[in-house]
Amino acid sequence: MSATTTLNRLSNGSFALVKEVMAEGLTRRRLLDLGLVPGTKVEVIRRSPAGDPIAFNIRGAVIALRRDVAGQVLVSPWK
Amino acid sequence: MGLTYQSTGQSTTREIFNALADHCDYAIALAGNPNTGKSTVFNALTGLRQHTGNWPGKTVQRAEGSYIYKSHRFRLIDLPGTYSLLSNSADEEVARDFICFARPDATIVVVDATCLERNLNLALQVMEITGRVVICVNLIDEARRKKIRIDIDKLGKRLGVPVVATAARSGEGMPRLKELVSDVASKRVQTKLQPVRYSQEVENAIARLEPRVQAIVGNSINSRWLTLRLLDGDTRLVHTMENYLNTGETVSVMPVVQEGLV
Amino acid sequence: MQKSLAPLLEDAQEIVGLRQNQLQDNIVASIYSTAEQIAGEVVSHTSPKRRDLDRQIDNILTSPIWGFPIMFGVLAVVFWVTIVGANIPSSLLATELFWIEARLTDLFMALNAPGWLHGFLVLGVYRSLAWVVSVMLPPMAIFFPLFTLLEDLGYLPRVAFNLDRFFKKAGAHGKQALTMSMGFGCNAAGIIACRIIESPRERLIATLTNNFVPCNGRFPTLIALVSIFIAGSVSLSLSSIVATLAVAGLVVFGIAVTLAISWLLSITILRGEPSSFTLELPPYRRPLVGQVLVRSVLDRTIFVLRRAVIIAAPAGGLIWILANATVDGASLLSTLAGWLDTPARFMGLDGFILLAFILGLPANEIVLPILIMSYVCGGAMTELASLADLRHLLVEQHGWTWLTALCTMIFSLCHWPCGTTLFTIQREQRSRRWTLLAALIPTAVGVVVCIFINNLVRLLDLV
Repeated sequence: MSATTTLNRLSNGSFALVKEVMAEGLTRRRLLDLGLVPGTKVEVIRRSPAGDPIAFNIRGAVIALRRDVAGQVLVSPWK
Repeated sequence: MGLTYQSTGQSTTREIFNALADHCDYAIALAGNPNTGKSTVFNALTGLRQHTGNWPGKTVQRAEGSYIYKSHRFRLIDLPGTYSLLSNSADEEVARDFICFARPDATIVVVDATCLERNLNLALQVMEITGRVVICVNLIDEARRKKIRIDIDKLGKRLGVPVVATAARSGEGMPRLKELVSDVASKRVQTKLQPVRYSQEVENAIARLEPRVQAIVGNSINSRWLTLRLLDGDTRLVHTMENYLNTGETVSVMPVVQEGLV
Repeated sequence: MQKSLAPLLEDAQEIVGLRQNQLQDNIVASIYSTAEQIAGEVVSHTSPKRRDLDRQIDNILTSPIWGFPIMFGVLAVVFWVTIVGANIPSSLLATELFWIEARLTDLFMALNAPGWLHGFLVLGVYRSLAWVVSVMLPPMAIFFPLFTLLEDLGYLPRVAFNLDRFFKKAGAHGKQALTMSMGFGCNAAGIIACRIIESPRERLIATLTNNFVPCNGRFPTLIALVSIFIAGSVSLSLSSIVATLAVAGLVVFGIAVTLAISWLLSITILRGEPSSFTLELPPYRRPLVGQVLVRSVLDRTIFVLRRAVIIAAPAGGLIWILANATVDGASLLSTLAGWLDTPARFMGLDGFILLAFILGLPANEIVLPILIMSYVCGGAMTELASLADLRHLLVEQHGWTWLTALCTMIFSLCHWPCGTTLFTIQREQRSRRWTLLAALIPTAVGVVVCIFINNLVRLLDLV
């Protein structure tokens, strides 16, 4: 069992597997619809020059999420 | 993201100042993820024969166009670009309600050849509502450049609906797309859907509920899909659905509202 | 019999119980894994090279060091090309259209038409139409195709990505940066562009504040006043740099007001949870330059022409009547201006300036011509041959100071949107309340700021 963290804490260039989406309501649906379902491998690509939002590679598309939203996605780092 | 096309295109000019509609033999919906070149497909099919308006009661752009193929006029309704039909944003509701309630003669799902997996998510969701689907694997030229190969025949067999590879920018594959749309719309070709299988728990729940759903909605609505939405707890859809079943009306699928500046 | 799904929904909820979230996850996950499986069967990669190219471009365009300079550079080039590039076609168009006006006058003379008919139709209706077309068409036909090219390239989402943090702090959406940029071309286009913002709250914020960026119809006024009152006071070699900086300063002021008002709205009448922000950064693509240019230029031409015919032409007729109908020896125009003079002076303007803004409601680009017309009592909208003439008219004959110019520029930046824009807001939001607010908010800001600056400057005895 690897350590659990949230998507916003990962550094650029790292990979992680989605464990659970903690958000509720519309945000939750949005994140699921973008493909952040448990087991999905996500790559952290870059941060905006202003530090936020953060761009991820989710199932082949580059999607930017704000830090607080990314913080609601539980992941385990993948090596 | 459709920014400048929406807000400065000729369509907008017509929208601000006026709009016109005409009658057609078949209604075809155009669905797809954002950034798949869906508007390019729309333009390639309809040329300048377009007009736009808003979906009634929503600030979601509705573009319509038409084209003639083998002396039949096809009316093409461009649905908002969405990743899914599940999350109840205004865009997704419009797309879903149109496919579900307006029951177009065929629905083209535009998918990005360079990102097939993500795009098939939407395609599979559309195919849960209707079987009258043509998959348009667009940006095939980009895919070739990225050295991505897609087995179109196999994809068609696997999904059970006609599939065509296109590069709408250059017009590649467009005649074939028109042909397949015509086949599906006129029911010359029957599709054989392979529905998504869910986990045992979900399938058991479907088995329990679906017969009763079917008893109410009959064959007008796909009962398996509606059962899934009930399990999903989608109260908004249930509300729209009851309205449709009882009055035959849905708010969001009425024709373009005619409006002009003068 | 009424059909009801409610009992079934209850049953479904009973089956699902408290596991609603897991079940939703489950359903979405099954669809995605099916998609993954199918894609795995039909897709084969032979080389992953190209994705890396997109990444490398992003490394530069969204880099902490180069991201902002490149972005501002690109926007600056777009503006520069628009303003400089529009000059030549604008004056060509003006020459042509006013030549036609002269021929129309000849025709009226030849037909022995009454003077008022010629005045109303040619000096009123036709001239304002010609004015709007020659001022608006070239910049719009340059600005929007350039933007479309940037969009087709895939650059615009990167701008939203770079700037989102600032908009987040103002309770707004990063894509508002794009709707504002569109507003520089035309606020009505900016309002429609707000559709790209998915969440209704943030879209409304963007809609209500779009007018704080000056559109192509207001830029010429700003540039003319800056050239006369700010750049004119320094040596010739510096003047173009100073003028550019001053216009840039006004734009920055407009952006600051936009963010401040967005923030105010987001904590008052539009309070609420910031909705989830998701932004796709699509791959870069080579745009179809030719198609974009032809289509975009054509579209703009139609837009400007229709707007000129439907909105500006009737307004021109009305203004001509106001300028030429007299009561007790004074034209209606100067009577109205007299009534407005006291409140206007409190804002650092005068009655004619305020009246010009009010009569310019149909189209911002006719504000300055109306003002000149009412100052020279010409009875028809006119343009002066040179900036020096305009300076003479404003300063020597009507007592303008740099303060008058500053207040006029601020009011130009912050007042009600033009008629086309208001119409567009009403159509998009379908609410008279929001349309009214979209007019009231910028007007209130303009009035308050002008009163503040005017009285502060006078208090400090700076004029």
